[in-house]
Amino acid sequence: MSQTVNLEEYKGVFVFAQQVDNKINGVSLELLGKAKDLAKDLNTDVTAVLIGSEVKDLIKKLAAYGADRIIVVDDPELKEYKTEPYTHALASVINEYKPEIVLVGATAIGRDLGPTVSARVKTGLTADCTQLDIGDFPLVKLADKEQKRNQLLMTRPAFGGNTIATIACPDNRPQMATVRPGVMQKIEKIENPQAKIIEFNPGFAKNDKYVDILDIVKSILDTVDIMDAKILVSGGRGLGGPENFHVLEELAAVLGGEVSCSRAVVDAGWKPKDLQVGQTGKTVRPNVYIAIGISGAIQHVAGMEEADVIFAINKDETAPIFEVADYGIVGDYKKIVPMLTERLKSAAAAEA
Amino acid sequence: MKIVVCIKQVPDTKGGVQFNPDGTLNRGAMLAIMNPDDKAGLEAALRLKDKYEAEVTVLTMGLPKANDILVEAMAMGADKAILLTDRVLGGADTWATSTSLAGAIRNLEYDLIITGRQAIDGDTAQVGPQISEHLGIPVISYAEKLEIDGGSVVVNRQYEDRHHVIKAKMPCLITALAELNEPRYMTPGGIFDAYDAEIITYGRVDLIDVDDADLGLKGSPTKIAKASDKVRKGSGEQVNLDAEASVGYILEKLTEKHII
Repeated sequence: MSQTVNLEEYKGVFVFAQQVDNKINGVSLELLGKAKDLAKDLNTDVTAVLIGSEVKDLIKKLAAYGADRIIVVDDPELKEYKTEPYTHALASVINEYKPEIVLVGATAIGRDLGPTVSARVKTGLTADCTQLDIGDFPLVKLADKEQKRNQLLMTRPAFGGNTIATIACPDNRPQMATVRPGVMQKIEKIENPQAKIIEFNPGFAKNDKYVDILDIVKSILDTVDIMDAKILVSGGRGLGGPENFHVLEELAAVLGGEVSCSRAVVDAGWKPKDLQVGQTGKTVRPNVYIAIGISGAIQHVAGMEEADVIFAINKDETAPIFEVADYGIVGDYKKIVPMLTERLKSAAAAEA
Repeated sequence: MKIVVCIKQVPDTKGGVQFNPDGTLNRGAMLAIMNPDDKAGLEAALRLKDKYEAEVTVLTMGLPKANDILVEAMAMGADKAILLTDRVLGGADTWATSTSLAGAIRNLEYDLIITGRQAIDGDTAQVGPQISEHLGIPVISYAEKLEIDGGSVVVNRQYEDRHHVIKAKMPCLITALAELNEPRYMTPGGIFDAYDAEIITYGRVDLIDVDDADLGLKGSPTKIAKASDKVRKGSGEQVNLDAEASVGYILEKLTEKHII
């Protein structure tokens, strides 16, 4: 591609610190954690790029989760997310500070901002990564080709989760990736963090690409986020109907977990979309995932296979969910789950 | 009003995934379909045609067999269809793909460009916004509702926990969610006419303002280091017991793993 840059000029790992309503998105903190690992391998540091209006209160939090330096672009034009001013802000930061890596959360904002920024600064972007490493490209030395050291190797699922590809961006900078929420780990919060603060404003002159937001309509959401749950009791179409979810809710309550569901359940209108696990829902990695009446379509498995321990309860002994479950139980959940809940309750009562 | 809809032919991964005996994906056995988000985008354009007599042009980049989805689009009601196909475009990543599509679109008059949010094979959601950037027009991604207001579009733009109602002056680009609408079926008359309709073919020479260095595999900044069909962790234990014993089994495993 016709980008002519001196690759050596580009240094440091940058993370787009996504905030909405002055609240940092969890994925940005996860990315700071990952960026710290990458920066260590590259012997460089981590910069958070904070974009918004009156967002300086968030600086401390970014430092506490691993940013060595924070570039703040603060302008009234950036109050709500709009593609053009945010693209201008992040692209200008990249052109000014020349990072070698830029990480963006694969959120509904990041998956809009990432592509426009990558096109504007003329570099590659790898979408929805689930793993990031530093390594050589090509992976093995080929006789007729230079092997480049210290490249960002970006691994992502494709084909609805059926295939997995590792991608590099060897000749352009920065190397950009969007990363799925829930797959990287935050670091433990640092007490009294020290970070360098840089204020940067490239100027925001309105042009034809600026759009108007006429209205903002917030959805009424369940307050629980299934991505934060340590234990998930997840239901599929095999439950038979929305009225049967109470069986799962009672088990989740006694285990101190939350209820989630498969896409079929959302499509049928039994549960809201924010409880959906899978390729088009959320990626979860709880300590325990109990799949009940879930057949285990590949798109579902893509969102939960990283759970530490997976139980599956299903009538159909050939259900694909059993291929990923650590413990598969063939049987009728209507008999098993209430009995399990009762046994757990009486065990808890005995301990109390 | 003139609308360009970008569509892609994709293998149908939904439910119909086929594997070879060795566990690899059998791509040849999977049905090739019009990408669902793109089809919703086409339907949105056709509704604007019904209401405002808009002219709808569909554009795809791919192998010659992608002709099939153009015929389908014509049978649904599109007015004009363009197949962008050339060996030098092969192996393109999203940057090179969007560069080529933008080069093709520069031949056309348009008020509105609609793409699907993402294709079900790559799932990147990048090509639409990147086309807008190459053409220098505004983009509204993740559209779940679309209306026309004079020379502007009014779009409900979906986020995880809210939506924005956004007004943008045309020309602009929107990326459509499958939730936008329920695409219509082809009509028998439409199918009949579609097979007679001319499909316009574009090649490298038809791309405007595009460097050779920006095309295909060579023009792609991202390179595949390794690709494989996903190796899943092996299945664990499976038991088939009565309810009482099943409960006992689960309790034993929960205890073993220090969960309870």
